[in-house]
Amino acid sequence: MPPKVNKDKCDGCKAEHEPLCEQICPGDLMTLNPETKKAYCRSTRDCWDCMSCTKICPQGAIETRLSYQLGYYPAKLIPMMGTNKITWTCIDINGNVERFSFKTRNED
Amino acid sequence: MPAKLPTNLEEIKEERIETDILVIGAGNAGCFAAIEAKKLNPDLEVTLMEKAHIDRSGCLAAGMDAINTYIKKGRTIEEFVRWSRAQAGGLIREDLTISLAEVLNQPIEEWERWGLPINKEEDSDEYHTRGKWDITIRGSEMKVILAEKVREFGCKVYNRVVATNFLLDGEKVIGAIGFGVRDGKLYVFKAKATIVATGGAAGIYKPYQADGVDSHHMLWYCPFNVGSGYAMGIRAGAEMTTFEMRWCATRTKDFNGPIDTISVGYKTPMINAKGEKILEERYAELGGDAAPRYIRANVPMMEWMEGRGPCYVDTRGMTPEQIKDMKIDYLNERPSFVLFLAARGQDLSKEPIEIYGSDPYIVGGHTASGYWIDVKRATTLPGLFACGDVAGGVPNKFVGGCAAEGMLAARGAVEYLSSVGMTEIDPEQIAREKARVFAPAIRQFTEGDGIIPREMEERMQRLMDEYAGGVHQFYRMNREQLEYALKHIRILKDQTKYLVARDLHELMEAHEVIDRLEVAEVLIHHLMFREETRWPGWQTRTDFPEKNDEKFDCFVNSKKDPTTGEIKVFTRPYEQIIPGDRYHP
Ligand SMILES: Cc1cc2nc3c(=O)[nH]c(=O)nc-3n(C[C@H](O)[C@H](O)[C@H](O)COP(=O)(O)OP(=O)(O)OC[C@H]3O[C@@H](n4cnc5c(N)ncnc54)[C@H](O)[C@@H]3O)c2cc1C
Ligand code: SF4
Ligand code: SF4
Repeated sequence: MPPKVNKDKCDGCKAEHEPLCEQICPGDLMTLNPETKKAYCRSTRDCWDCMSCTKICPQGAIETRLSYQLGYYPAKLIPMMGTNKITWTCIDINGNVERFSFKTRNED
Repeated sequence: MPAKLPTNLEEIKEERIETDILVIGAGNAGCFAAIEAKKLNPDLEVTLMEKAHIDRSGCLAAGMDAINTYIKKGRTIEEFVRWSRAQAGGLIREDLTISLAEVLNQPIEEWERWGLPINKEEDSDEYHTRGKWDITIRGSEMKVILAEKVREFGCKVYNRVVATNFLLDGEKVIGAIGFGVRDGKLYVFKAKATIVATGGAAGIYKPYQADGVDSHHMLWYCPFNVGSGYAMGIRAGAEMTTFEMRWCATRTKDFNGPIDTISVGYKTPMINAKGEKILEERYAELGGDAAPRYIRANVPMMEWMEGRGPCYVDTRGMTPEQIKDMKIDYLNERPSFVLFLAARGQDLSKEPIEIYGSDPYIVGGHTASGYWIDVKRATTLPGLFACGDVAGGVPNKFVGGCAAEGMLAARGAVEYLSSVGMTEIDPEQIAREKARVFAPAIRQFTEGDGIIPREMEERMQRLMDEYAGGVHQFYRMNREQLEYALKHIRILKDQTKYLVARDLHELMEAHEVIDRLEVAEVLIHHLMFREETRWPGWQTRTDFPEKNDEKFDCFVNSKKDPTTGEIKVFTRPYEQIIPGDRYHP
């Protein structure tokens, strides 16, 4: 399940000591290409599509794609992280759009 | 920027850390263990060793939509034990289950105070329930919330450090050794008490999706939990229990996603290709919709074998609001399942969700596989405590039970502390482990040729799938197949000396396959020993299709001799504490 990095949006998390997607991936799969300074998934077959990288990317540069064996092109699921909530936009292969918004933390 | 691979042992840097309590694996159970130790005594040094990053590691990386075990108002511990016992075919450690149930609700209520949203019944403070023991949550950030608390309590976290073996003083565990997957250093943690919480083992068997490009890790269980905690214990001579009770589960077909969300959460019936409600109409005598989990896992497979597949959970009776709510549940647990539905262009009100069996896992939080422990969660190795999916004897722990067991392990470890001083570390042991850990890197430099971890992993997974009852064999196996599997697992274990790693990530992969092979070998011994079929689906012997209570109504345990490598398999009695019918709640 490869996450796709949009090279125009990814800035390599310049301000961080380590790119955020690289810091977070539970499978140690995201890393920077030393030449282009853009992130990529080093072993696409090993991704668990947990979407941790997609959720954390400050540039919204990562798109989770399903392997074609499992799902057809080009469905999209895009998270928008808020402080105590998250909003997901889902677009299916026929262009139908669904939106989901819910609480992720209790307010203090 | 990750460090370069070392080319010789001399250049490898070492980090030595001394701590009171070492927790291996900063997942659900590990985090609760660390916090509990700090609560018991804030002056203690508590250190966590985590192969990934604590914020999103292990089973909870993407979140959860439910906590499957919570004792609701009006229910009792006895009822809980009876339910868990029946679900597991009558064989559980009742002493462990009772002690777990006594503290089961505490971590959940604490999580809520820390910020985890738990759904409530309308106009009420009562948790919203789903099924008998489940409550529903909005858990997408629950691991991040937990990690914040671990830091707040003053625990020290080492991220991206992979544990490879225990540090031993004779039989006694005095810490652990590992390597940094970013910095390439050897880490030596010396501890007065050690808690292992590395989760279960995925990827021992080939999943059916692995044939496709980029779908190798389409697993239900966290593919980065590879059974290292079991493997470390096996190598050190710890007693293990019930590996043969494998966790094979009904999952959404192709995506291999959780199913309780649909079938328990929205009471959708399981149907076969002919539209029959399978559990109700074909398996009523085994409990129908309330049948034990192994029956429910076996059912769709039986239907396929007998020509009545594919099978589904029938979502066609759901209202549009329910479908939307269910998608929100998935977004909290396995968000990409919603993407999967979109990628199939699937309208659930018209087209039901297909289901199938998962690849088998070894997961002590679901079945009873893992370390043989006592009520204090002490393993058979002095100084070592176990909790969560890595600990055996208590099936049906799930999120809440693993967290609660983390607390119990910490109590055991803190109590143990007082009785140990700091033993000196044997330098030979460290040198040996360093050579073992970095061997694939050194070989890549000196020989430049060998086997890459991925090749070996694929060989092992196909072997286990075909000869040790994988999903392609509908979970069935016989003695001859198991003997074949064992022979080749042994060859593979010997071939690990040819493994090469070309970077630190691949070095981690090398140790993942080494550890999986360790688990696979013991697993086959357990599967061979149980000459009966106790849990069809989880453990189906075609050569012994019936249950044999006279010989096998007991635990099957094993121990590997650390010097000879010989694996001894033996039994331990089942002890009933809560009276009543063991097979029905
Ligand atoms: C997809 C999915 C859905 C689930 N749904 C539910 C549900 O709805 N309700 C429910 O109650 N339960 C559910 N469960 C089960 C539940 O999440 C687990 O049983 C429980 O959280 C496991 O806790 P743990 O601490 O044992 O393991 P984890 O939380 O997985 O922790 C193990 C940790 O050890 C680390 N580790 C592993 N190896 C090493 C090593 N060599 N060195 C250092 N660190 C290491 C891992 O990175 C990880 O952080 C689900 C599980 C999954 C995978
Ligand atoms: S987190 Fe986003 S911006 Fe940062 S390196 Fe990764 S893809 Fe690029
Ligand atoms: S989806 Fe998860 S496993 Fe896959 S690359 Fe992103 S963080 Fe890693």
